Parts: sequence; structure tokens; C-alpha cells
Amino acid sequence: MTDAPKRTPLYDLHVELGGKMVDFAGWEMPVQYPMGIMGEHKQCREKAALFDVSHMGQVILRGENVGEKLETLCPQAYAGLKEGKARYGFFTNEDGGIMDDLIVSNAGDHYFVVVNAALRHQDIPHMQANLDGVEVTEIFDRALVAVQGPKAEDVVGELCPAARELKFMETTLAEIGGVECRISRLGYTGEDGYEISIPEADAIRVSKLFLAHDDCEPAGLGARDSLRLEAGLCLYGNDIDQSTSPIEASLSWAIQKRRKEEGGFPGAARIQKELTEGAAKKLVGIKPEGRAPARQGVEIQSENGDTLGAITSGSFGPTVGGPVAMGYVAADHSAAGTKVNLIIRGKAQPAEIVALPFVTQNYKR
Amino acid sequence: MATYYSEEHEWITVEGDVATLGITQHAADQLGEVVFVEQREAGEEFEKGGEIGVIESVKAASEIYAPLDGEVVEVNETLADNPGALNESPEGDAWIYKIKLSDASQLDDLMDLDGYKALIG
Repeated sequence: MTDAPKRTPLYDLHVELGGKMVDFAGWEMPVQYPMGIMGEHKQCREKAALFDVSHMGQVILRGENVGEKLETLCPQAYAGLKEGKARYGFFTNEDGGIMDDLIVSNAGDHYFVVVNAALRHQDIPHMQANLDGVEVTEIFDRALVAVQGPKAEDVVGELCPAARELKFMETTLAEIGGVECRISRLGYTGEDGYEISIPEADAIRVSKLFLAHDDCEPAGLGARDSLRLEAGLCLYGNDIDQSTSPIEASLSWAIQKRRKEEGGFPGAARIQKELTEGAAKKLVGIKPEGRAPARQGVEIQSENGDTLGAITSGSFGPTVGGPVAMGYVAADHSAAGTKVNLIIRGKAQPAEIVALPFVTQNYKR
Repeated sequence: MATYYSEEHEWITVEGDVATLGITQHAADQLGEVVFVEQREAGEEFEKGGEIGVIESVKAASEIYAPLDGEVVEVNETLADNPGALNESPEGDAWIYKIKLSDASQLDDLMDLDGYKALIG
């Protein structure tokens, strides 16, 4: 056994581009390139940015009635997921907490699932053990690259016209640079864009085709984090975990009506109860009034000094131009407009509960 | 006017009994883009090794530690509105404090430029 971080098929490209490499979930990944986090963030909001997300787990599910069987592990309506469509979801545990979040796509003759890097070792055995008659195969020989931003359609579409035809949360197979790729119109930045699964031998060459476009620059994990935070998207391990329910995490939008009514997924008792009665705490957007960023772990207090909860994700939002955060507060203090105090280095800093996202999502529906 | 450097990547220039303190270009490069600086107020005294402020980049918060004993006599107020100056000219306009040294002999514990260059490689 070695603890050396693993490298993605794009490692040599990151080094060539001057990426500052860090260990992330056991993977050696670029946190930023010479442009810097702020520049890369704005590049993605204004034009297009390319991210290596190959550290995430790509999994193929084959068998009869895979969608129905996934419904025994997830509160999403995957049985009705049409071919060519993708849907965000999560595995829940028996207590109604979130085991991981994921994207499931119906690829016709199989289902394609993408899970978080740090939870590959949990999710794959979980599916193998619980999806009877389903062949669960983790893919190790393909890179996953995200091209995100308002110009992503041009960057990808000029090489692959089929990409322009996709709508948000649709997926297809198509050739890019002579190699067959799985192209899905989705991402985790709040911008329009694609995630593209590429055979590893061609990953650098195809990525360079995207980067050859004047409007596309590489971006690292630093920008990916500030982009998803401004977009109000949860990061597993920060904002959601085994103890937080989807209702607490304000993810009830991701549970379809039939599943809310029927249940039949792990933790349904708690989740259905919270849907009816409300949860005791809620994940909310928090806008500090000053300039000091409120980081993960910062205590949130009411104006009376009562503890309401804690920040789970907090940083500087380059597009917002100031600090942005998310955190859990007691439900009776979760309404937008509620004034709170954040205890930063022992001092109370005023902040306000705000509706998420901080930056309007820009999807091609 | 002599310039001294600390292992915590600060520089100090001394003119008479007043010194100017900031962070080095190397430190600024390591921090990344600075978005917020928390500074002490004029009149506050501090001891060597004590925290005398915080610099926040997009990614993380980093404390500033006092390289010697002293008192803040002036704060660079421009950093509050323009924290990014710490990336552009950390060894120039973006100084952090003017300080009064309590014990000038503590300067002997700091490095000169050659020593600091050797430290950062």
C-alpha cells in the first residue's frame, strides 16, 4: 500500500499548464493555474473554463430494470428516467442522512453514474451489494473533463455539433477529435456547460482541442469551489453528510413527487416526516455584511446571542465581489432577510440569511 | 535603512526608532489573491510570536505573527478597501504597520536578504 496521491490522465497537461498541484481526496489535482482562482472563476462566468474532474468515480450499471433498482437506494424517480436524460440524486442511509450525491444518466443499454472522488470506495460496494442482478463496473480508463461557461457551447460545439443539440441534463455519445466521448450537458458551476467522458489515451489531446479555443482556459479546484458556492450547490463533506437529511439540506427539489408520496427508499420515515412537518434546521445562504470571509466551522448566532448553527462552506465570491457562505441554522431563523451574527475570530460580524443561489444559474433548458 | 526578514515571511525596515512591517513577495505569492486583511489598531502593543492580524485569500486565512515586541503606531488603512495591493506591492505600498520597537536588539534574531533568500530557496 502506498499513500502517494493518484494522478488523472490529465496530470501531464496540468504540469505543462503550470497547475499548482495539491492532494485532494487522494488525487494530485490542480488547485489553480497561473491565471489564479479569481481569474479562472471569472473566466468560467464570462467565457469558458476547462476543469479536470477525472478524480470522480465513473460507473456503468447494466442489467434489467436498473432505474427501478436504484430507487431502493435513492429517493429519486430513476425508474422513469428517459434514455438520454441525466438526473441529480443521492444515496440515503437508513437514518435519512445523505451517503453521497451523484448524477445518474440513462444511456440506453446501460446507466452511467458519477459519484464523488472521496466516496468511490463506499459507493461502488454499496451498489454491488444492493442492486440485485445489476453488473456494477467502475471505469478506470476514461478521463472526465468539464467545460463550463456561457461560451462552452461554442467551445464544444465547434468540435462536436451534436453537443449544441443537447439541453440541460441531457447526455449522448458523439465523436470529438475522432474519438467517441460521452457528452452530458450539466456541471457544478451554475453555468451552462458539459461534462465529457474521454478515453484516457485521448484525454490530453481532446482537452487541448478545447483549450485551443480563444474563449477557453484551464481552471482548478479553487475556482470550482467558489463557482459552486456562488451557485448555491452543496459540497459533500462540507454541506451534506451522513447526518444531514435532504430536507435539512434544502434538497427537497431533487426528490420527485412520486417518491415523496410513495417512499420506499432508505430513511424514508424521517425524510417524509420532515417533508410534512419541516426539519429542525435548514441549509441557507449567508451573506456577511463586511469583507471578512466566514469559513467552515464559524458559529452562527441570533442577534440575541443564541447559537443557531455553523457555516459549512464559506469563501470569497469573485462574481459577487464579497464573502459568501452557506450554513445550517435553526428553522425558525432560516427565512431570507433574517439578521444573524457570525463569530469570526471571537468577534461578532453581522450577516443576513439570503436566498440561494448568490449568482443566477445559467442553464440551457 | 536596513531591511530584516523573519521566518514567517515578513520584512521590517528600520528608520530611527520606527519600523515598517509587511509580508514578502514570496509570502504573497504563496497566499494567492488576497481578499481581506484584518489589522490591529494604532496603540496596540504586541509580543514577539503573537498574532497581529489575518490575511485572507480566496482559499484560506493566514495569521500574521509579530517578529518582535512592539507597538502599532500606524495602520495602512488603504488595505481595507484594496486588499489586492498585497499581491501587487507587498514590499512597497502595501506595507501593513508602522511599529515602535520595544527592544531593537531583537532585530539581531532576524535574517538579512541573503539569509531570507536561502530560506525560501
